[in-house]
Amino acid sequence: MKKIINSPEHVLDEMLDGFAYANAHLVKRVTGTSVIARKYKNDGQVALVSGGGSGHEPSHAGFVGKGMLASAVCGEVFTSPTPDQVYEGIKAADQGGGVLLIIKNYTGDVMNFEMAAELAEADGIDVAHIVVDDDIAVEDSSFTAGKRGVAGTVIMHKILGAAAESGMGLQELKTLGETLVASIKSIGVSILPATVPAVGKPGFELADDEMEYGVGIHGEPGYRREPLKSSKEIAEELVMKLKDAFDWQEGDRYGVLVNGLGATPLMEQFVFMNDTAKLLDQEGLDIAFKKVGSLMTSLDMAGVSLTLVKVADEKWLDYWHMPVETTDWA
Amino acid sequence: MFTVENTIELFRNFATKVQTDKAWLSDLDTPIGDGDHGTNMARGLTEVTAKLDAGTYKDPGDVFKAAAMAMIGKTGGASGPLYGTAFMEMSKAVQANPDDITGALEAGLAGIQKRGKATAGEKTMVDVWVPVIESVKAGGLNAEHVDAYVEKTKPMKATKGRASYLGERSIGHLDPGSASSGLFFKALLEGGALS
Repeated sequence: MKKIINSPEHVLDEMLDGFAYANAHLVKRVTGTSVIARKYKNDGQVALVSGGGSGHEPSHAGFVGKGMLASAVCGEVFTSPTPDQVYEGIKAADQGGGVLLIIKNYTGDVMNFEMAAELAEADGIDVAHIVVDDDIAVEDSSFTAGKRGVAGTVIMHKILGAAAESGMGLQELKTLGETLVASIKSIGVSILPATVPAVGKPGFELADDEMEYGVGIHGEPGYRREPLKSSKEIAEELVMKLKDAFDWQEGDRYGVLVNGLGATPLMEQFVFMNDTAKLLDQEGLDIAFKKVGSLMTSLDMAGVSLTLVKVADEKWLDYWHMPVETTDWA
Repeated sequence: MFTVENTIELFRNFATKVQTDKAWLSDLDTPIGDGDHGTNMARGLTEVTAKLDAGTYKDPGDVFKAAAMAMIGKTGGASGPLYGTAFMEMSKAVQANPDDITGALEAGLAGIQKRGKATAGEKTMVDVWVPVIESVKAGGLNAEHVDAYVEKTKPMKATKGRASYLGERSIGHLDPGSASSGLFFKALLEGGALS
């Protein structure tokens, strides 16, 4: 393992202090917790809280600020935060209008956030939650814990954040969130695994000339391993998987996100976006908004994920374009 | 029956076993999960040990409660809420009746099932807790039983938890939560509460 750290046990604490120091104009670390909260408040509006295991930077703390999250709760690396920490995140976020939790669909995240919601409700804070499960790489969702939540979560932060900032109420936001979740699908590919500091070795092995479709953001195995393909061929596989999942028609409106998984440079992300754009154009889709960047990463994993949002309501575009003040959304 | 002494011994022993087998638990979690079960459990149980060192306890229910709070507060992942809820429910049952070990274990299992919404046969820790309780009821739990129950999760197909994302490919791997539960029951056996 080759990493710029001091010791695996202190990675989270030291990262949070570094992040809060570097971005002190926008956020603070809530003392004694693993919560990054925004300094901005908008009294009476719903506050959004997200979070999960660390190692997905800039998710989620990078999206804390005006127009997006009110706080982010940062667990240990790839491990959901504990209920008391999520509870601290809810208290720090609350500005009187209730709190909406945005949870990625992993058993641990759902359990810990739900326990925290129970604690907060006992305190008189109105809490609702949305579970994001955009990863279509996972099959057989009817009998399982369901599909995983991945990069589509960031799109949820942006659109729901803008809606909350515009004054939408808690229940209405939850309803919007549920509609959004049903309209967002993602799929990824990995060409190099990630190394968790506390484990010290890669989470899986891929030969120099191999890649794997459908790998999760914690390195969970995907659905197919193949010799390394060109960007164009990878784009074809991912776009066709999404086509099957959405069953789209020519002329349908979509938003698109190409997300880097941590160790893939922007150059490669743009090459991949270029290939994806050509395919989406061939399919006759109307692309209403686009984004490229490493937003939901997996430490030093190399690879990309592709997320599409079927635009069901023009209002979503207004929310998408609303200005924000966060460290990692521009 | 549970006493303050044998309950403390149970958790110290559990903590030692998890520390010793930390890498094994994480390795079990790597092919079918995200590889953090050992580190998470070790972090939680280090806190349990610290609490036991710092506090004084007048009844075994308090020991279970302290362990529950430490697991919930430090473990994270799914293991924190699951073990935390189990120990919390056991705390209540033990406070009501320290003699009834089976009742306490059943309360713990009910807590796990309430929190995780799992039933037997889904390749989760429930698949160790259920047969262990049956053996205790029959009056004859031993370490070989525990190993056998853990081993039985290997051919199962996961339909709950992180491993369920793999479906068929979860077959052939031991379930990490079942493995750590196995360590817990071995610690229980060695602690003397059952004898």
